[in-house]
Amino acid sequence: MTRYALTRFALVVPTLLAVAVLIFVLVRVVPGDIVELRLVSGGSYVTAGVIEAERARLGLNKPLWDQFVEWMVGMFRLDLGRSMWSGESVAREIGIRLPLSLQLAVMATLIATVMAIPLGTIAAVQRGRWPDYVVQVFSVAGLSVPSFWLGILIILFLLNVFGYLPPLTFSPLLKDPGANLAQLIWPALAVGYRYSAVATRMTRSAVLEVLREDYIRTAWAKGLARRMILRRHALRNAMLPVITVIGLEFAFLIGGLVVTEQVFNLNGIGKLIVDAINQRDYTLIQGLMLLVATAYILVNVVIDLLYAALDPRISYG
Amino acid sequence: MAEGDPLTIAAPEVAAGRAAGVRRRPHALARFVRRQPLGMAGLTLIVLQALIAIFASWVAPYNPVANDFGAMLQPPSGTHWFGTDAFGRDVLSRIIFGARTALLVGFGASLIGSTLGAMIGVASAYFGGKIDLFVQRLVDIMISFPIIILAMAIVAFIGTGAEKLVVAIALSFIPRVERVVRGSALAVRAMTYVEAAQAIGSGHWRIIFRHMAPNVAAPYLVMVTAFLGQAILLEASLSFLGLGVSEPTPAWGLMLRGAAVDFATRAPWMAIFPGLAITTTVLTFNVLGDALRDALDPRLRT
Repeated sequence: MTRYALTRFALVVPTLLAVAVLIFVLVRVVPGDIVELRLVSGGSYVTAGVIEAERARLGLNKPLWDQFVEWMVGMFRLDLGRSMWSGESVAREIGIRLPLSLQLAVMATLIATVMAIPLGTIAAVQRGRWPDYVVQVFSVAGLSVPSFWLGILIILFLLNVFGYLPPLTFSPLLKDPGANLAQLIWPALAVGYRYSAVATRMTRSAVLEVLREDYIRTAWAKGLARRMILRRHALRNAMLPVITVIGLEFAFLIGGLVVTEQVFNLNGIGKLIVDAINQRDYTLIQGLMLLVATAYILVNVVIDLLYAALDPRISYG
Repeated sequence: MAEGDPLTIAAPEVAAGRAAGVRRRPHALARFVRRQPLGMAGLTLIVLQALIAIFASWVAPYNPVANDFGAMLQPPSGTHWFGTDAFGRDVLSRIIFGARTALLVGFGASLIGSTLGAMIGVASAYFGGKIDLFVQRLVDIMISFPIIILAMAIVAFIGTGAEKLVVAIALSFIPRVERVVRGSALAVRAMTYVEAAQAIGSGHWRIIFRHMAPNVAAPYLVMVTAFLGQAILLEASLSFLGLGVSEPTPAWGLMLRGAAVDFATRAPWMAIFPGLAITTTVLTFNVLGDALRDALDPRLRT
């Protein structure tokens, strides 16, 4: 098991390396670089010399291969380079925003899990009866409502009914928990609804599948209590696919909230990605994409390891 | 799988004999209507909506791009059912014309993306070996990014506008469709009729298109409908960010951009109705998609 875990973690490195190469090339294929955007598209007249000097300062005139090697060498010293736009180190730019995105992701995950597992189980147990229909409508609706619009609706509702606007500046959780939660609970709800819809559907179908198994019939036959059957036999066996869905959604939340962050005026990773792409900030885009890919790949590894930990039938050599 | 009713082709008992499939066509459709009333309702609504989008110029009460500075920010009333926006444009008319953008991008992106993804998936499963390994590692990398980020990156590359959005969203769907369809295609690959086709000397592409592709029609169709709703949501998100369709073209996501939040207290209808349009449209597609999945392949999850 430990050996398997170590191999899995070791295999993350080549995958990330491939991601790095791909991002590095793709970013540079996109037309227009940061120098052009900043100096020329402003409408002001600049001489070719100035443009060249700026490119040289940012290292954009070096051969691609040299740029790549430089980036890689930096990465092995845990240095992601400096943002071409702000001049700040990429690690710092990300570091400022990561706590917010991470906290939002954790909150949305909690909301989704707390709603999805009971709702999905009830729907599966009551299949074809009204509780099932209610849950199904609730979850299909959750898949169909754009989270950012739900966010707008929440703001509209708070403003028009209570005359209240959530705080617009971020205060760290440990410094001012009240203001922090007052700001983040709304986007967490908006995002959590969609998230819970995905997880509810998965819980329902997984529980339904398990309820068909022979050992459930055996459990009924030997007269076990309903609660016992559901909790000990059905739910435990249905959890694996649910965990997968929850984990993948969590990874998505780290960088995927590009629109919801905009609506709630949150300075998170999603907003940083939008800005970095718009500004053609190569180093920052590279750092961010690596972060997003790392989150996803690591979550996948953790899910695999959880499988083995939770299900004794699965054991990896 | 291109012509006629795809349900019959996908039904397992039909795979045994094509001739029987032709006669069973009305039967399968009738069964879908009977067993999936919700799905049928979704399909009806979609057809209705498509008709409204096509005949938008006749249906819409006003010109969607005409400013009317005498009627700015009017609340819903008999003359403007959904009110007017900051330029005095009729919100209902903009929503009706916005359906064009939404359906164009939705159908375009999901059909192109699913078709290309399915073709790559089937080819990858058929050739196997190093080709499959290479394609799958590439797909591994692509699916480690959220779809919206892939789409944004592609938009940065090719630019904005409705047609370009179709391309950007379609391309970002490809790896996800590929993964699912490849899974089904691997099972088809092991079938004796593929071996038989090889034995009589059929070419690679003939086997891929004539023998394997029709047998992965079920997951393909499920993916198309599942991604229809997703594509509309993505279009709205990208337009909202200013990376999609641009003013004055009516698009739902664009209608929510900026002004809708700025006028939150004065004109909430500007934010409410376009969002409702997105939600109901995506909802009908999702309901239809669920019904199709239940009818075609209950074990397939997306």
